[in-house]
Amino acid sequence: MLKTFRIGGIHPPENKLSAGKKITPLAPPEQVIIPLSQHIGAPAAAVVKKGDPVRVGSLVGKANGFVSANIHSSVSGKVSKIDDALDASGYRRPAIFIDVEGDEWEESIDRTETFVREKAVTAEQIIQRITEAGIVGLGGATFPTQVKLTPPPGSKAEILIINAAECEPYLTADHTLMLEKGEEVLTGTSLLMKAIHVTKAVIGIENNKKDAISHLQRLAANYKGIEVMALKTQYPQGGEKQLIDSIIRRQVKSGALPISVGAVVQNVGTAFAVYEAVMKNKPLIERIVTVTGKAVTNASNFRVRIGTPIQKLIDAAGGLPEGTGKIIGGGPMMGKALISTDVPVAKGSSGVLILSEEEARRKPMMDCIRCAKCVNVCPMGINPTTLMTATEFTNWELAEKNHITDCIECGSCTYTCPANRPLLDYIRLGKGKVMGIIRSRKA
Amino acid sequence: MMILIAVISLGVIGAVGALFLYAASKKFEVYEDPRIGQVQEVLPGANCGACGYPGCSGFATACVKSDTMDGLNCPVGGAATMAQVSTILGKDAGTAEPMVAVVRCNGNCDARPKTNRYDGARNCSVASSLYMGETGCSYGCFGFGDCVTVCAFDAIHINPQTGLPEVDDDKCTSCGLCVKACPRKIIELRKKGPKSRRVFVSCINKDKGGVARKACANACIGCGKCAKECAFDAITIENNLAYIDYNKCRLCRKCAPVCPTGAILETNFPPRKEKAVETATENTNKTE
Amino acid sequence: MNLYVSPSPHIHSGDSISKNMYGVLIALIPAFLVSLYFFGLGALVVTLVSVASCLLFEFLIQKFLMKKEPTLWDGSAILTGVLLAFNLPSNLPVWIIVIGALVAIGIGKMSFGGLGNNIFNPALVGRIFLLISFPAQMTTWPVPEVMSMNYTDVETGATILTLIKDGTGAELPSYVQMLTGDRAGSLGEVGAIALVLGLLFMLWRKIITWHIPVSILATVAAFTGIMYAVDPTQYANPLVHLLSGGLLLGAIFMATDYVTSPLSKAGMIVYGIGIGLLTSVIRLWGSYPEGMSFAIFIMNAFTPLINSYIKPKHFGGN
Repeated sequence: MLKTFRIGGIHPPENKLSAGKKITPLAPPEQVIIPLSQHIGAPAAAVVKKGDPVRVGSLVGKANGFVSANIHSSVSGKVSKIDDALDASGYRRPAIFIDVEGDEWEESIDRTETFVREKAVTAEQIIQRITEAGIVGLGGATFPTQVKLTPPPGSKAEILIINAAECEPYLTADHTLMLEKGEEVLTGTSLLMKAIHVTKAVIGIENNKKDAISHLQRLAANYKGIEVMALKTQYPQGGEKQLIDSIIRRQVKSGALPISVGAVVQNVGTAFAVYEAVMKNKPLIERIVTVTGKAVTNASNFRVRIGTPIQKLIDAAGGLPEGTGKIIGGGPMMGKALISTDVPVAKGSSGVLILSEEEARRKPMMDCIRCAKCVNVCPMGINPTTLMTATEFTNWELAEKNHITDCIECGSCTYTCPANRPLLDYIRLGKGKVMGIIRSRKA
Repeated sequence: MMILIAVISLGVIGAVGALFLYAASKKFEVYEDPRIGQVQEVLPGANCGACGYPGCSGFATACVKSDTMDGLNCPVGGAATMAQVSTILGKDAGTAEPMVAVVRCNGNCDARPKTNRYDGARNCSVASSLYMGETGCSYGCFGFGDCVTVCAFDAIHINPQTGLPEVDDDKCTSCGLCVKACPRKIIELRKKGPKSRRVFVSCINKDKGGVARKACANACIGCGKCAKECAFDAITIENNLAYIDYNKCRLCRKCAPVCPTGAILETNFPPRKEKAVETATENTNKTE
Repeated sequence: MNLYVSPSPHIHSGDSISKNMYGVLIALIPAFLVSLYFFGLGALVVTLVSVASCLLFEFLIQKFLMKKEPTLWDGSAILTGVLLAFNLPSNLPVWIIVIGALVAIGIGKMSFGGLGNNIFNPALVGRIFLLISFPAQMTTWPVPEVMSMNYTDVETGATILTLIKDGTGAELPSYVQMLTGDRAGSLGEVGAIALVLGLLFMLWRKIITWHIPVSILATVAAFTGIMYAVDPTQYANPLVHLLSGGLLLGAIFMATDYVTSPLSKAGMIVYGIGIGLLTSVIRLWGSYPEGMSFAIFIMNAFTPLINSYIKPKHFGGN
């Protein structure tokens, strides 16, 4: 029997429309908008100013603090302005606008397609390269990778888990990456193993990607200590805590980090970026983005320069379909609804999903009938309906007592609710409030 | 005989119970200053928490226990209630100027075109944690009425025409619950003013003029014309936004006409005459 | 073009309240067919009257007392009507059924604020009210008469549990009769196989989980089994207990009512055990022959307490 996590979970229609589509590189647009905040933590500080010439791979934003990440230009050209721009957060935040001229790359970057298997590097050098290259968790959480690779004192990593579950419906970016860049992913995994001094790594892939599983299993025979594990398809398998539970049967305690059970989890896209950063000296300036939707004519996986407005991606996929109701940055379960197609692709953009008006609309909310379906599907074993009520009536004590801070915002509860209650809308709000209260109590 | 046994046994049970209750009431008696009850009598009893204490009984306890009435004020009951409280306690209550909640957003449906349609939970805080809102203004009112839900006095309502909340000056007790509830910090407590007359900037948009203006026709663009016009130094411009200090404002009404976007609102003034200056002087005198 | 914006998730399972309610109604069809076969016209009349009056009271109360848009077709009022009817003898006069429906909808459901806010299962409230108010009519059970065209004018007899309670040593119906439903009783409770079919359907459609029905049945079987082992001459064997009275109907359809049962799985099991114990105790030593309704009713009252003490299994322990 295939492994999976032990509490809750749902299985929404997979709709992997773009599965099997080759990665198509997209030419740089006329102008890119590179947000200075593409990661969790402090925004990067701009190190260029208006009029400065930049090349592909030039540093334009410097990490500003321990939890922060460098940002590089994804194109060559001139900085036209540094101004607020609407990004996937739904707010206007500082970004660097670059007018594209030609396609000049920094000389240090190895642009060839040759695969590099071995290179003499130490663990410190690997982490340093990752820091310089501005790599963040590419699964969507965008947590700066070097921070996760530096375990707090007193804790020791035992196993590296590569998250290739891609449990979100529709998205196929990781799937395609594994099929086309298998060797690179495995080399990246080996580098990450070296960086955290472990001898064992497991790549967890959901069983709806059988071709990727067999492909990687075949290649992994040549890599020491890497196991490719098929997992039962169940959302949210790609949640960090869920994946650890699936693979090593240990549950991270409330409020604790994965390292407390000896695990470090990295996304498969991150492993590829690590390969490129270390072996090819290439910073994180492009990523694979799935553009999909039932009405999209050419649902595909594109390799896109960071900062490209998503309008360009939609054009490349056959244009915005008639009757579009919602555009989502990311997958349908955890992605963010966008208010404009001018929003640029950022490091954490795994997909662009286009839903029709009918698919997009929520149905009217009704009274809770206490059917407990939300409780049964919650992968964290918390009680969504109680938490929503607690938030509605601003009863933060009740919310905290019922572990609101453990919510991973997977949306399984709202997805399931027969009364169409916006459970997660409220729980997310309450979680933020309670976390603030806990922080102020500690201070 | 049967009857006698029943009567006696029940009587004994009753007596034992009574003794137990008497003992318990003596043993667990909690002394409470009777004045706390008296003070609580005269308080409005809304338990709104506007005084900063947990409900009216908390406030009453605080009043009785503290030596002076400094910093103790029931904004709901106002001066009349505080006078009663001070009579009971024999302590002087300070007088607080009456305040009122003021909504500082004038981005009604005509002025602020929608750029998208919100379909999530009808709650301002939820929407605010998600994104900038249905219009191009990331400072303005969502109109889902968190302030209305929280108001215990039925004093604030969303006007369906404008989509914005409106405060009923007579019902508003300046308890400040709506101020706390608004995720955008749009609502402010300001001096109620003579005859409820107030002049204020009805906008909190800190974007640059062009961006703000594009998002909303009624936005303050931070041009500073009002500040130049003001003879009392009451208007400051900070982060592309004008703010009128209600302690300095003399209600002269000179600032409002010069505002190019009409972001400065005046409430309850008589219609402007040809000679605006005269009225202004008149008003100034009244405030003095 | 103005896009829609909402927080995640952006897709929905398509599940709805009415889908669940109609799912339960579908699960009740086999039991209804059995009662039509054994009780004929009476079963039909009682069910139709009950459903119609529940709908009527739901409509009147929502429209004129609560002043809101009536939600007749979400299926909940129909379900209450059917469940109430299934708990009544098939020869009950119309006017009593209407009173039962009024109490079920008016007091059991709407006085708490409508669907989702009630503390007790509305159909049970109606049933218990009738049982206490009209004990004679509510405990005269028609004897099965295949495809009978009589309504109130039928031959009556005792139920299995009454026979046991009276201890006259009268012969009980055979197991085959119990399984098919050829016995005296409330019109929906008789067909054991049909009720279990309904359970399987609801489990398959994921309308309910196994926890409540299984824990009730297991508790009753265990408890009556122990007593049977102690003294087989005085107590009936557990199989008779499982197949008689309203145990299956209650365990499968009444106790599993969403609104009035606990949220967590552990809570559901505690709730089920409570119902099983109370039912067994009332049956064995109470003055009523059957205790299922009272047991569920009492445990309904404990549901909020169970919810606040028994939480779902939390990820990563406590």
